[in-house]
Amino acid sequence: MNVPPDLLYTEEHEWARVEGDRARVGITDHAQSELGDIVYVELPEVGARVAKGQAFGVVESVKSVSDLYAPVSGEVVAVNGALGEAPETVNRDPYGDGWMIEIRMTDPKETESLLRAPEYRRLVE
Amino acid sequence: MNGEGQAPGAVGLVGLAEPSIYARSRPGRRGVRPPAGFAPEVDVADALLGVRLREVPPGLPETSEPEVVRHFTRLSQLNYAVDTGFYPLGSCTMKHNPRIGEELAQLAGFARLHPAVPEEAAQGALELMWRLEEALCEISGMARATLQPAAGAQGELCGMLIVRAYHASRGEGRRKVIVPDSAHGTNPATAAMAGFEVVEVPSDARGGVDVGALSRALDGDTAALMLTNPNTLGLFDENIAEIARLTHEAGALLYYDGANANAILGVSRPGDMGFDIVHFNLHKTFSTPHGMGGPGAGPVAVRDFLAPFLPVPVVERRREGSRETFRFDWDRPQSIGRLRSHYGNFGVLVRAYAYIRALGAEGLRRVSEDAVLNANYLMRLVARDFDLPYDRLCKHEFVVSAKGLRERTGVRALDVAKRLLDFGYHPPTVYFPLIVEEAMMVEPTETETKETLDDFARALHAIAEEAAREPDRLREAPTRTPVRRLDEAGAARRPVVRYPAG
Amino acid sequence: MYYGPHTEEDRQAMLAFLGAETVEDLFADIPAELRLGRPLDLPEALDETALRRLFRGLAAKNADADRFVVFAGGGVADHYVPAAIAPLLARGEFLTAYTPYQPEVSQGTLAGIVEFQTMMCELTGLDVANASMYDGASATAEAALLALDQTKRSRILCPDTLPPDVRATIRTYLSGPGGEVDVVPCPEGSFTSERLQAALAARPGAYAAVVVGYPNYFGIVEDLAALCEVAHRAGALAIAYCDPIALGLLESPGALGADVAVGDGQPLGNAMSFGGPSFGFFAARDRFIRRMPGRIAGLTRDLSGREGSVLTLQTREQHIRRARATSNICTNNALNALAAAIYLALLGPAGLREVATACVQNAHAAMERLRAAGARPAFPGPFFKEWVVELPDPREDAVDRVLAVGLARGVVAGTPLAREYPALSRHLLVCVTEARTREEVERLAAVIEEAASS
Repeated sequence: MNVPPDLLYTEEHEWARVEGDRARVGITDHAQSELGDIVYVELPEVGARVAKGQAFGVVESVKSVSDLYAPVSGEVVAVNGALGEAPETVNRDPYGDGWMIEIRMTDPKETESLLRAPEYRRLVE
Repeated sequence: MNGEGQAPGAVGLVGLAEPSIYARSRPGRRGVRPPAGFAPEVDVADALLGVRLREVPPGLPETSEPEVVRHFTRLSQLNYAVDTGFYPLGSCTMKHNPRIGEELAQLAGFARLHPAVPEEAAQGALELMWRLEEALCEISGMARATLQPAAGAQGELCGMLIVRAYHASRGEGRRKVIVPDSAHGTNPATAAMAGFEVVEVPSDARGGVDVGALSRALDGDTAALMLTNPNTLGLFDENIAEIARLTHEAGALLYYDGANANAILGVSRPGDMGFDIVHFNLHKTFSTPHGMGGPGAGPVAVRDFLAPFLPVPVVERRREGSRETFRFDWDRPQSIGRLRSHYGNFGVLVRAYAYIRALGAEGLRRVSEDAVLNANYLMRLVARDFDLPYDRLCKHEFVVSAKGLRERTGVRALDVAKRLLDFGYHPPTVYFPLIVEEAMMVEPTETETKETLDDFARALHAIAEEAAREPDRLREAPTRTPVRRLDEAGAARRPVVRYPAG
Repeated sequence: MYYGPHTEEDRQAMLAFLGAETVEDLFADIPAELRLGRPLDLPEALDETALRRLFRGLAAKNADADRFVVFAGGGVADHYVPAAIAPLLARGEFLTAYTPYQPEVSQGTLAGIVEFQTMMCELTGLDVANASMYDGASATAEAALLALDQTKRSRILCPDTLPPDVRATIRTYLSGPGGEVDVVPCPEGSFTSERLQAALAARPGAYAAVVVGYPNYFGIVEDLAALCEVAHRAGALAIAYCDPIALGLLESPGALGADVAVGDGQPLGNAMSFGGPSFGFFAARDRFIRRMPGRIAGLTRDLSGREGSVLTLQTREQHIRRARATSNICTNNALNALAAAIYLALLGPAGLREVATACVQNAHAAMERLRAAGARPAFPGPFFKEWVVELPDPREDAVDRVLAVGLARGVVAGTPLAREYPALSRHLLVCVTEARTREEVERLAAVIEEAASS
């Protein structure tokens, strides 16, 4: 199970890569493997507001639907539009090309309550 | 299934492949000739002055009658059906559909009857509906019923809207509907569609509703509890009287999902168990054909205090001496309204009424006895190779788990199901109910022989042994079907939901 | 009759295997006080001969279209049904299969659905269609729910020329989410863009959709293009409730701007059957595909590269999304939808156009004949296969008289309107399909004349 050490995690299996006041968000390797073949990702539009712990989108496999939860609060400043045409990218490269949204954080201190890699690894193993 | 590139005749004698009807289309080819009409002198452009007519005809296939008959006959050969083999699809009651029902529903007096004929010219149809309602009320222990809902899910919607209307009539705006975690997906979907918030309660160790959790969930905001009994595990909830008492004490109504009524005909009635609203699936319990997924019918029966809320119209009987007449009653101010046009799937009602009249009271009870006998017999045979999550008497169906098999061999319930196709069987319902891992839900029905059940159990045993010996064989199954496993992920990622036309 | 196969020996052997003495032992989990304890009070069982006698007796009391000439319309009509349909539908492989959950052994069903979806797209001029709904009214109600969800608004607007059953069904379905239906009276028998504009302006930003009959309940072909445009300007979706036969001749609703086209499939090769079962069709623009209700089949390939089809986009549906599904629909009307696919394949584009053309010609010729009998059309406006006649008889019970004389003369004269339209108490909706003859229209004219003079 791939759990990159430089990312932060939620208990709902999202990851966040924090750079300055920005956080790039996706779902973990564990999540994509549990979901199986991902067929659709529904994401918010640029400019939308998201709140920590609230659903910001949906990821679907053939026979399941899961909400995506925002690890931090803020404004959506970028959305990975390529997932519309190729949702399977999330399976192939969950931490790279399979990223989902980028959030400009309103309260960077929120990241303090996110899980570190070893904690997340304990959660899923 | 594209014939392109194949040698001539490579499609085979029986249906293994059949191109789309559009592949048989050629410009100018004609099928049947409709009546030409009697007024060719009328100029259509004149008659429809100011109306935009089509310049481009719709892209329908251009074929001949023999081509059409051949195409659809070959398509039919690609299907598995009750008529071709054992179909133990849990929760769907895939039993034999008596052909007398088909013959009777096609009598011109039923099939060729327009819904707007005056009541005095539809007395046979109205009488049939009234008598079917009477029979369903007797079977369910209820006072009145509507035959309007087109299927079980629409029956549920009817029931939930009656729940709302009932509480509203008492000045209450209760917002919550409770469903157990073993419920059919239609239950929460319906409750949400009717504007309720759905609350899930867990099942207890014996597979019934966790009564403690239920009593904590019930409160003054609870509108109804939706239950299937026997439930989706095929188990009769022994606490049903207590559940009914708690539900009613909270001022809520108790709804009966009749999907599993095949287990209780003439044995126990939802009304006697304490239910207030009941829907039947005539295409399950009363053996009208499933038709690839419909038409069905989902009549809803209620206690007398809920009758004013039934959809309009209802059929009423008037007696003058020995003479009976029947009419529609439209004047029902508290009714929830209409769920569809006209009076219901009447053709399905004819078949169901024929089934009830063919069997009578004794026959219906025998249906449930044999359905329960077959299910328990098959459950004990299958339990030799699969886990029994709830080891107790089942009713008309049972759930086993392939969890142990998966742990031992890596083979999943899905693989077992696919391999069953190679053995010539339709698989059970898999991965439902959600509370059992690797679930396989088996409903043999009363119309199957002991030999069929024995053979099916042998097939499952052989598959369990294969799983240990050559698991890849199961993962690659099926191989003896018109197509092999299909790429469902690809279909969902880039949906192509039509053929290119012409 | 009993359809189970067990002999007493079978039962005893199975009970012995289970360690049970009688079948009663298998019901030990049902508490005694919940047992019925008596036989159900039902009429005695009948063999097939007795069943035939009983049901033929009931059937004989109904004025069916084999024995009566039927001019009733209003959504169900006596259209020509090709002979090849019934024997194909009676094939057990179609009749006794269920929903294609195992696609490897359901390719016949699935290919049939994709063909059906294709044909519905072609008829409606829209991008995607589902595998069928229960009927036209419930399909329209589901379209209204889609519009509410899509626009986050809560009201639906329709004219009173939309069929009453359809309006009532939308109202019932909308009562769940707390939506409202506003009905615009159209005393001239058709909806105008001025009336629509005024109604929309009365509640700016309130309407999720405008629902229009095409043709409408009175048979009149509304100006769909203009109505769609006005609806769109108000941010509402345009939903067209269509007669599928008319779509063989009229411009498609998609081409005229409709976002969703729905309707009832009875005219496409299905029996009238006292109003059901038929099926509802539901077609929409691409962008609504993930909000559509019901089953959808899609093309794909199997492991060895062969083309095949599967149920797709299932995450919309109740068995997966449960409380958040786009609809609770599960069982639909697949067999009736297959009848339509067979019908349309047998007719083809030319045949369908001929049926539609014959409807228009027969209906207009009949209108002239009835006008000569004193029964004038109540509304102006171009009509397709049915229209409203005002009876020449000035008495309040004119309709009952015509219907009664008609039944005595083997004619179902039309659909009465007074219950839904009190102002049309001396009027009948008369439907003349391609299947009617000049002689039959003469009989109807004679009935109207006889009723007026009796």
